[in-house]
Amino acid sequence: MIEVRDLHKNFGKLEVLRGIDAKIEKGEVVVVIGPSGSGKSTFLRCLNLLERPTRGEVKIEGKSLLDPSTDINKIRQDVGMVFQHFNLFPHKTVIENITLAPIKVKGLSQNEARERAMELLERVGLADKAECFPASLSGGQKQRVAIARALAMNPKVMLFDEPTSALDPEMIKEVLDVMKDLASDGMTMVVVTHEMRFAREVGDRVLFMDEGKILEEGTPEEIFENPQNPRTKEFLSKIL
Amino acid sequence: MDKLNFSIVIPYIHLFFRGALTAFEITLLAVLIGIVIGTFMGMGKMSRIFVVRFLCSAYVEVIRGTPLLVQLLIFYFGLPQILGFTIPEFPAAVLALGINSGGYVAEIVRGGILAVDKGQMEAARSLGMTYAQAMRYIILPQAFKKMIPPLGNEFVTLLKNSSLATTIGFPELTRAAQIVAGNTYRPFEPYLTAAAFYFVMTVSFSWLMSIVERRLAASD
Repeated sequence: MIEVRDLHKNFGKLEVLRGIDAKIEKGEVVVVIGPSGSGKSTFLRCLNLLERPTRGEVKIEGKSLLDPSTDINKIRQDVGMVFQHFNLFPHKTVIENITLAPIKVKGLSQNEARERAMELLERVGLADKAECFPASLSGGQKQRVAIARALAMNPKVMLFDEPTSALDPEMIKEVLDVMKDLASDGMTMVVVTHEMRFAREVGDRVLFMDEGKILEEGTPEEIFENPQNPRTKEFLSKIL
Repeated sequence: MDKLNFSIVIPYIHLFFRGALTAFEITLLAVLIGIVIGTFMGMGKMSRIFVVRFLCSAYVEVIRGTPLLVQLLIFYFGLPQILGFTIPEFPAAVLALGINSGGYVAEIVRGGILAVDKGQMEAARSLGMTYAQAMRYIILPQAFKKMIPPLGNEFVTLLKNSSLATTIGFPELTRAAQIVAGNTYRPFEPYLTAAAFYFVMTVSFSWLMSIVERRLAASD
């Protein structure tokens, strides 16, 4: 599904990614963990080209993102993204947030888009908020709307960039529950998070990143119960 | 020494009202042109393409770096020399003021766009929208809201600057005062009257804007 080879990203002189190789299979839930500044978010943002890799290769379903002939807007329709700070459109209602892209990008009719949006809102438990503006929602509700918005494009992969880091503790669960539900539905997911319980329970595979590299990867059991790399051990000992 | 005698203005008061209306019309049209030009110039200044960025920056610098009066004179007296025909006073005044305003609005637009959280563009692009779609549906509507207060200031500035259209002989408010001063040989009262007209217009407009701003702030 996703293939990353020798991915490098520099911001000026700063090397944020220093050679990442990864493969994500269809239906797999991959959780990326690591200390802040390790390049986790940058790695994720390279997967839909919000950041342009300095060098290396990213392929989604065999199509290279960096090939000039690739239509990145087309690829992004298949790659949903959920942000730490939700990034809902504040001047649009909840339902408009969800229907805008399907209507404008995919050419769905107003009715088709609304119908699908209502299904998704029901799924994330917010059908009653359809006509509200984002400002009136709690953080957890905003993030659930953001997930519904991404799902409305029927993506093949969902990228989550620290989706619960900006939430009050009591709202984290409602968002993680929606993500669990998605995972059990077979959605391919790449999740950057500090929620180790989520990583353990939902992750098929865990990648540990530090200083722009993947230092260790394995099943949640392997990483959490029996980490091999000293950096992984150190990191886990600090947070668990 | 003579005393002020505003009664001499009364027979001409219709000139002032008509002049005020014209000044308002010129300003409104000029601001609209300014917004259109300014939107493109403001976005152009942020373009990734060097030539576009350079041309738009040059426009803004030239407009802001030269006096409006000179721009107006070039437009009305200078251009006919190469065009071969004269632009009538009204469109000339509107265009010159509008093109001038565009330079200032460009900076307002740029400021408004930069004030929109960059996560908005990322969210829009991540949904597959093109840059143009993201601008049109997501960024500009939000930027516009942030632009309203400075655009209000621009309107007030332009209203006052419309008095410069007098120099091309267009019968707006200041010109009305000139005519009355010439007819009565008393310049003080008519110019004071014109000033009062401008003042009432700008103050009431500023007051209106403050209400709009409060409304907008409430909806945030």
